[in-house]
Amino acid sequence: MKKLLTAAVLSAALATPALADTTKVGFIYIGPVGDFGWTAGHDRARQELQEHFGDAVETSIVENVDYGADAERVMTQMALSGTDMIFAASFGYGPDVNAVAGRFPDVAFQHATGYIQEHDNISLFDARFYEGRAVLGHIAGKMTETNTIGYIASYPIPAVVSGINSAYLHAKAVNPDVNFRIIWTYSWFDPALEADAAETLIEQGADVIMQHTDSTAAVRVAEDAGVMAFGQASDMTEFGPNAHLSAIVDRWAPYYISRVQALKDGTWEAQNSWMGFAEGIIEMAPWNDRIPAELQEEADGLIAAISAEEYHPFTGPINRQDGTAWLADGEVADDGALATMDFFVEGITAEFPN
Amino acid sequence: MILGSINPAVLMAALMVAATPILLAAIGELVVEKAGVLNLGVEGMMIMGACVGFIVAVNTGSPIMGFIGAALGGIALSLLFALLTQALMTNQVASGLALTLFGLGLTALLGQGYVGITPPRTPKLDLGPLSDIPFLGRALFTHDIVVYLTIALVGAVWWFLKYSRAGMILRAVGENHDAAHALGYHVKRVRVFAIMFGGACAGLGGAYLSLIRVPQWTEGMTVGAGWIALALVVFASWRPWRAMAGAYLFGGVVVLQLNLQAAGVRIPVEYLSMSPYLITILVLVIISSGKGRSLNAPGSLNKPFHASS
Amino acid sequence: MIRLEKRKEPSKFWRIANPFLAVVLTMIAGGIMFAMLGKDPFVAIRLIFFDPIFSETFASYSRPQLLIKSAPLILIAVGLAIGFKANVWNIGAEGQYIIGALFGAGVALAFFPQPGWYIFPLMVLAGAFGGFLWAMIPAILKTRFNTNEILVSLLLVYVAERILAAMALGLMRNPDQPGFPGSRDLRRYEAAHNAELIANTGMHWGVVAAFIAVIFAYVIMTRHMLGFHVQLAGQAPRAARFAGVAPARLVVVCLGIAGALAGLAGMFEVSGPGGQVRIEFASGYGFTAIIVAFLGRLNPLGIVLAGFLLGLTYIGGELGQMMLQLPGAAIQVFQGMLLFFLLALDFQTNYRIRLTQGMRA
Repeated sequence: MKKLLTAAVLSAALATPALADTTKVGFIYIGPVGDFGWTAGHDRARQELQEHFGDAVETSIVENVDYGADAERVMTQMALSGTDMIFAASFGYGPDVNAVAGRFPDVAFQHATGYIQEHDNISLFDARFYEGRAVLGHIAGKMTETNTIGYIASYPIPAVVSGINSAYLHAKAVNPDVNFRIIWTYSWFDPALEADAAETLIEQGADVIMQHTDSTAAVRVAEDAGVMAFGQASDMTEFGPNAHLSAIVDRWAPYYISRVQALKDGTWEAQNSWMGFAEGIIEMAPWNDRIPAELQEEADGLIAAISAEEYHPFTGPINRQDGTAWLADGEVADDGALATMDFFVEGITAEFPN
Repeated sequence: MILGSINPAVLMAALMVAATPILLAAIGELVVEKAGVLNLGVEGMMIMGACVGFIVAVNTGSPIMGFIGAALGGIALSLLFALLTQALMTNQVASGLALTLFGLGLTALLGQGYVGITPPRTPKLDLGPLSDIPFLGRALFTHDIVVYLTIALVGAVWWFLKYSRAGMILRAVGENHDAAHALGYHVKRVRVFAIMFGGACAGLGGAYLSLIRVPQWTEGMTVGAGWIALALVVFASWRPWRAMAGAYLFGGVVVLQLNLQAAGVRIPVEYLSMSPYLITILVLVIISSGKGRSLNAPGSLNKPFHASS
Repeated sequence: MIRLEKRKEPSKFWRIANPFLAVVLTMIAGGIMFAMLGKDPFVAIRLIFFDPIFSETFASYSRPQLLIKSAPLILIAVGLAIGFKANVWNIGAEGQYIIGALFGAGVALAFFPQPGWYIFPLMVLAGAFGGFLWAMIPAILKTRFNTNEILVSLLLVYVAERILAAMALGLMRNPDQPGFPGSRDLRRYEAAHNAELIANTGMHWGVVAAFIAVIFAYVIMTRHMLGFHVQLAGQAPRAARFAGVAPARLVVVCLGIAGALAGLAGMFEVSGPGGQVRIEFASGYGFTAIIVAFLGRLNPLGIVLAGFLLGLTYIGGELGQMMLQLPGAAIQVFQGMLLFFLLALDFQTNYRIRLTQGMRA
């Protein structure tokens, strides 16, 4: 296998008389670029990357690539065609990225939200979405009048679970009576179901809706019902000018640009980067005017404290849902625990799935 | 009490809305199948309606024009199906599946410039004092006009199939196309009209999602609603009112399971999320197990017709 | 006026010529679409149809991949075709595929990390059994309660998808990667790994199974009593009853075979090319296989060709996206066109175009 592939790589290298300073960067996406959510966020960054480097970078994409054999094939074909760096934009590509990386040691792999790193040509990167969720939770806790916050969640994976916990802890900190109602949709994108979920939560008393799913449906339902909501991944103000308080916006571009620059400079090496406000990878959509000025200041202050690493959203004392201690007073959660979080914190009444 | 937070009137109101897009598509497919044609391309025609309806509504600023455009979009795609299956005698199952694949791809191309914008708002229907009636007002009289028009359409289709002459011909064509042909009816013409009606209804169902329910355009946004519509036609044993009952049942279980989740009921979420499918199957089993009654499927369903004379 | 006249015998010439003509027509129509999107149509078509097989850069890798992509389609379609011939409408092969994969993976995970030659054969049996079991639900509901199998098999796909998600997040989750969904990588567990039989050929047990299934189905349909019963039930249900065909048994047999083969396909995928039970593991093979079955005219040999043709457009479509920045949606439209042309031209096999005299308007 190896010999054959090396031969293929050689022939590819000979076949492509690429300019020495043109870096070929490939992207594989789990969804379509037009999803206005997760994949769109990555493709936005790709476009910024292309603009930043101009002719010095050539990007290519393959959309809607399923995990498994399809992903492995697409990445292999990218490598065969002389691609220098591959961004795999979904956590489920893990085994596939590692399999292909092992066969193409000269290609740099960048795996978003991944957790398997078996070769030194794989970098993992992720965003600390829970930092943004802390800010949303703080605002929600102060803004709610019914003391009920509705949460539309996709799958019970660590990134979603830590987001719920972070939002809850910060809502609770400013509003001890706050109560979370959670609906799991078991999908990332199902607009009609998300609309139904939002309506259900509102009918059950929620006056602030948070979501960890991709469509704009919940924001619009909140607008029509006269309650508040946070967007997801993109600024969704247009879908609910009154309801939309803010949103965590994904901004991968600075990181993408720095990694391609490093490759060009010959300084690229495998990393595991978990980035948040400090690195500019997540940012908040503009505050809605209905958020009182002092609360806006508090939120800005919270962002500044997190960015400056003066404050960590998971700082003890925090107990697990069943009352057992998790973090002692003043103790800060380590990244490993956050990246694998599979429990609710104390105070959330909903049962943890599975 | 946890369940106390679930309000039955609200549940009823929500399920009517949740059921409307699938009911629209199902009632169209029901007529198609009554004419003896099985069109598995409902999902493709729905997404076509969602996309074209959105584009037209945004460009004209009128939701009504959007719905008309959606119906025309659905019809356009259905005519492709009609050309294949009626003129060129292709296999209906394969043509329908190909139609879905084609529709999903085509709309993704057409809708490229329309992601992330909002369509013009469809005004709410104000039913005045009716919506103030306790319980019933909230449950039945707080919806947008499409919800009521859909119910009216179900009634119209029921009347058409049962009492009108054209409906009788359509049923005859679907039951036994050779006999219908011998009686001098234009089998293909009837079927083409039925297929177009199915396309229009599916298109409207899609537009209900992209213009009212969600409202946004994103590729693939129907997420399988067309398949549920297909299942509903079978569930209904090809009877219009039963299609409505089926859509309300399915929509009802979806809304109920969301309510149970939000209320924090201690049933594992994964079971709740599969309950709409399981309960639909269960109810159909109970209905259909009645002493070996016939399934009521049109006799010539999915059979090609070619006039041999 | 143009009219169609039914041929007494299907035309042998057109049966062979049609697929080629359809491909040519798709190239023309698709080329026009690519040109409208501002891409070089000749390059696009070369990337889709030729490069996966002939390109110096890709072919040595993508030729074997063609086997990997097409084998599950063929394996599932062969089983479905038998049912379709008998008018048994199983459109839920996707669900049977998922459950087969879960059963197969379940056996592997239960034995982990023990070695043993018997583990893989047990997984094969479990995979087939899982698919069979899932298909028995519509079969038994149909025979016992007269419940329509289209609805039941279709809705069970959604149920299977939820079970898959629950398994990936719960019971089958890799205990060494706490918190993350997805099972252990079965490719790392030698006793359970459905590895390539000969390196760099793409040949794994699933491909072998697909070919065995094709031959098996061919023999059954042409030489065996069951094949005769199936054909009879499909074409003349009443005559079939007189000939002693028990409709209930036929439903069970047809759904059982299709379910077992779909389950096998899922099991071979999860233990080989797929590697892991994950939420987005299913690739729509079960639905695509329905198209493959009909493109192959429900004939086992035709299914092989149809499976390879469709597999080719998938692999070529990825190249088109990657090398030419074609949108993924354009590839879908292109595939849709190919299917339409393949289906549409089929009429020439069975019908003849006639210009009727005196009615030339």
